[in-house]
Amino acid sequence: MELVLNPNQQAVAYLVSAILFIFALKGLTHPRTARQGNWLGMLGMLIALGATLLGQEVSTYWLIIIGGTIGAIIGIVVALRIQMADMPQLVAALHSFVGMAAVLVAIGTFINRADAGTLNAVLMGELSAGIVIGAITFTGSVIAFAKLQGIMDGAPITFKGQHALNAAIGIVTIALAVHFAMTGSVISLTLMTLLAFVLGGTLIIPIGGADMPVIISMLNSYSGWAAAATGFTLHNNLLIIVGALVGFSGAILSYIMCKAMNRSIINVVFGGFGTGDTGGESAGAQAAQKGVKSASIDDVVYWMEDANQVIVVPGYGMAVAQAQHALKELMELLEQRGVPLKFAIHPVAGRMPGHMNVLLAEADIPYDHVLEMDEINPEFQNTDVCLVVGANDVVNPAAKTDKSSPIYGMPIIEAAKARNVYFLKRSMRPGYSGVDNLLFYQDNTSLVFGDAKDTIEGMVQALKGGGH
Amino acid sequence: MSESLLALYVFVLACFIGYYVIWGVTPSLHTPLVALTNAISGIVLVGALLVAGLETAGFTASTMGFLAVLLASINVFGGFLVTHRMLSMFKKKKQ
Repeated sequence: MELVLNPNQQAVAYLVSAILFIFALKGLTHPRTARQGNWLGMLGMLIALGATLLGQEVSTYWLIIIGGTIGAIIGIVVALRIQMADMPQLVAALHSFVGMAAVLVAIGTFINRADAGTLNAVLMGELSAGIVIGAITFTGSVIAFAKLQGIMDGAPITFKGQHALNAAIGIVTIALAVHFAMTGSVISLTLMTLLAFVLGGTLIIPIGGADMPVIISMLNSYSGWAAAATGFTLHNNLLIIVGALVGFSGAILSYIMCKAMNRSIINVVFGGFGTGDTGGESAGAQAAQKGVKSASIDDVVYWMEDANQVIVVPGYGMAVAQAQHALKELMELLEQRGVPLKFAIHPVAGRMPGHMNVLLAEADIPYDHVLEMDEINPEFQNTDVCLVVGANDVVNPAAKTDKSSPIYGMPIIEAAKARNVYFLKRSMRPGYSGVDNLLFYQDNTSLVFGDAKDTIEGMVQALKGGGH
Repeated sequence: MSESLLALYVFVLACFIGYYVIWGVTPSLHTPLVALTNAISGIVLVGALLVAGLETAGFTASTMGFLAVLLASINVFGGFLVTHRMLSMFKKKKQ
């Protein structure tokens, strides 16, 4: 006897699955419960897919088995091999797949329903929403991927009349969607789909590389709305619920990232930040005339050995130099000498939300040594040594003092308040925002030039030698 | 109440759940959060199965269903696995 679920049984299974997904996300409240949450998510997915496959609507399996197997193999191989520094690229790629899958499902549904003669205006309106959101998610994510992977330059691409062009494409796309919903015209459907793909690209190109954490969060949100729109077309409540959860997750992350940069989402979306042109005689330029101090590895080690504590401020530069493993060794050596070492994380450090935490966890650094900006900021004034490793804008005091600075008003890590600040730098190049860093010119700051990994390994060697 | 309106009810209420659950997520786990949402948004696989599994579907629709199944499967398997890999790295200090 073959087991076939009726629609009511299927709906109950979907409800169970939706609840499991909610608990999966809830698990991420704490690292202790997070892994269990992920397992609940897997269970939810298993139930949802099982209920769909056993339903009355699915009757041929060979395409599903072949497609599913290929997809599973690709997914598993990529997930096992990806470097943590490259997580933003993987995430961008996965967003694009959700977008494309939503477009394919919507068009496939249109064809099947047209063959069956069960199309209506509401359904076609919902299909249009699925296609447009999915297509925007797809091209937007492909461009984000290309920028992250270095295939495309990270600098924002802006031109005159850009916003007018985007608005025009948007309006025409909506007009075509309305025409399609009312008439079922395949020409309108095709044009609408193509224009939505174009819009995904033109919306993302003006956003600069510095805003990557926001782009990733925004596309995360879009991929959720794409799933929800697919749920509307299929009248599937599970897809609607999951889409809303994911959509809100991305939206909240976008909000947190924008707030951490003191910028509005509108400002980020309309882009152009990070072009490197700073205006006029700013405080930074004046300070630059004072010159900078530099320090050797031995100087830093000398101060660290007797410090009451050391705080490290990591940024994306740490990931580029792959310095996190050397930092872990440094942490252990200092702890043996009774000097605690902590990490201070700015919300937009790295190229996606929480990126630094994952990189440090990869290097086996316990998460209770890794503190958020608001938690650790009060500690700087009683800290002997602060090491800035690959971060820049997030420690720039100009954000608090220089009203002419583009980053004015951004909450920063108060590294400047530590007794000694050591800035590990490859060169005097300014940060992503192109803003000069006032911290360089402070009396308590010294620059340690060189590759971050080599410098920290040098410190480790000096501490191991022990001779001072 | 029409089916579409009912769907709208579900959608709006789910948005509220999303809002409250996501604000509870600790900032240190924001990257795993994005990866986990990648995995669960692979739920579009359900839609892909319905398109690909329809017996009467023609060639074009079947092809689209097949590709959608493939892409969404990458999300489901890749997303959950990479999330698991990341979460396994988060350890408390050994006592």
